[in-house]
Amino acid sequence: MKNLLRDPKAYQELAEQKKPRPNLAKNLFTAFVVGGAICTLGQFIQNIYIKYFNFAPDRAGDPTTATMIFIGGLLTATGVFDKIARHAGAGTAVPVTGFANSIVSAALEFKREGFVLGVGSKMFALAGSVIVFGVVTAFVVGLISALL
Amino acid sequence: MGSYLTAFLVGGLICLIGQLLFDLTSWTPAHVLVLLVVAGGILGGLGLYEPLIKFAGAGATIPISSFGNALVKGAMAEAAQSGPIGILTGIFELTSAGITASIIFGFFFALLFDPKG
Amino acid sequence: MAMKVGSQTFTFPSRPVLTGWATVSGPKEGQGPAGAYFDKIFPDLTMQQKSFEKAEQLMMITAVEIALEKGGVAKDAVDVFVAGDLLNQIIISGYSALKVGAPYLGIYGACSSFCEGLFLGGLLVDGGGAQYVVAATSSHNCTAERQFRYPTEYGAQLPPWAQHTVTGAAAVVVAARGSGPVLELATVGKVMDLGIKDPYNMGAAMAPAAADTIFTHLADTGRQPGDYDLIVTGDLGRVGRELLVELALRQGHDLSANYRDCGEIIYSREQTENAGASGCACSALVTLGLLFNQNYRRILVVATGALHSPTSCQQGDSIPAIAHAVSIEFPKGGQ
Repeated sequence: MKNLLRDPKAYQELAEQKKPRPNLAKNLFTAFVVGGAICTLGQFIQNIYIKYFNFAPDRAGDPTTATMIFIGGLLTATGVFDKIARHAGAGTAVPVTGFANSIVSAALEFKREGFVLGVGSKMFALAGSVIVFGVVTAFVVGLISALL
Repeated sequence: MGSYLTAFLVGGLICLIGQLLFDLTSWTPAHVLVLLVVAGGILGGLGLYEPLIKFAGAGATIPISSFGNALVKGAMAEAAQSGPIGILTGIFELTSAGITASIIFGFFFALLFDPKG
Repeated sequence: MAMKVGSQTFTFPSRPVLTGWATVSGPKEGQGPAGAYFDKIFPDLTMQQKSFEKAEQLMMITAVEIALEKGGVAKDAVDVFVAGDLLNQIIISGYSALKVGAPYLGIYGACSSFCEGLFLGGLLVDGGGAQYVVAATSSHNCTAERQFRYPTEYGAQLPPWAQHTVTGAAAVVVAARGSGPVLELATVGKVMDLGIKDPYNMGAAMAPAAADTIFTHLADTGRQPGDYDLIVTGDLGRVGRELLVELALRQGHDLSANYRDCGEIIYSREQTENAGASGCACSALVTLGLLFNQNYRRILVVATGALHSPTSCQQGDSIPAIAHAVSIEFPKGGQ
């Protein structure tokens, strides 16, 4: 039998074999249901803004997004979000609630290092890449469309 | 502007795609979310994201991909009005509410709460 | 005088004694199978402190004070305080050393620190001139998460091969004379890296180190696995444990009869998420809490550590690991 301690490639293959498989069906189902439910809640909130707060249908997205961010942030601050996210995975991470969670969890955590150096500097530690790549994409796409 | 059913189905589907990427690749959540935002931006540039919003409402605006679309839309709208400089000035126009809300809520939640572990 | 045997093993002929030890933990570990034996269990992760880091300091210094009390040793009689933890600059150990007030040697072996500390304690006491050495280690789920992975309230979904960092601290008094379990010999491990890059799959990263140290130990001492009542690894978890058994089989060693992993023992089945536990305190809490109360005659404790940093992983480097083995004998089969 091969001495795997001298054979990194063979060891890595064995390690890959021994990895327990995630329960794909359960994860996909939960992500679908929770993600769908969060979006449905967003739709409900948006309808309320249109009906009772007189927002025009194409401008109601802003207060809706802000409300969903508030909800995601509150669940994060009260320690509930990560318990749901453990099961829901992408169901809570992909909607804007996940964006809120990444910012509020960082703000909470780094409070220990003070508000300027902790909260202020590190608030976007996790969400920053989404903003950076979003902006870069918008710039490139905008440039291409302006040149066409 | 979309119904509860289409919001649920499309929102759920986008999250399902995200979960597939989580489970079948070794990419981190940050990588997957970046991919979704970039995809939303590209679809927005191709004029394909707005029809999705018309069909699914919040099912398309709540997932993070919508952020990419909004950034692109802002850039292109401002460029159409004021020329190429609009790409720079218009990017954050439609996403200002989301980013501002995140910062404000992040700051105030940090003031009032502690992490529980 | 300590003597070298074979390529990596040291014997302690004067037979240093572990005259006192203490185990301190967080709530989850306290509710596990070893919890009944712990000296102190804190009811929550903040432990009424201003930060998780201060909570971990409290655990380590509490463990040291209880160990000294049980061993009947005054703080100013401690010749050397050896301590290590997971945090940057082993800050918990440094601050604890300040409170202990004894000469201090800080060590970093990641989760292998428990055995590294015991080895150094044995060396200092057996012919090194020390009468009393205190070896301590600690880990805290939140301080580790916040440094190595994500903020504690972040909603990450962990893969099924991930492990949960133990919240706890332990301290041992290694003495030149007295009664108690005996530090018989120890094998110092070499760093092993077989290219595992996933920081969530530490079991796979560390199994080769555990294997290499165990094989070397058996070759150096001329012993068989069966010469021990029990061989335990620190925190390989389910995945690492299976890999170690496979690696051992290919080397002609049968570990199936008397080998277990502390990362799989410390939590009950209901408590276990994913592949089990990890952290410096894992091997220490299980060994000192559970194994020292089982009437064994001789056990081999192999603490395993992953020597990566958050930066090294982000830069795409693989995870180097190390394992140290310590053989402990119990005179008259038990305490």
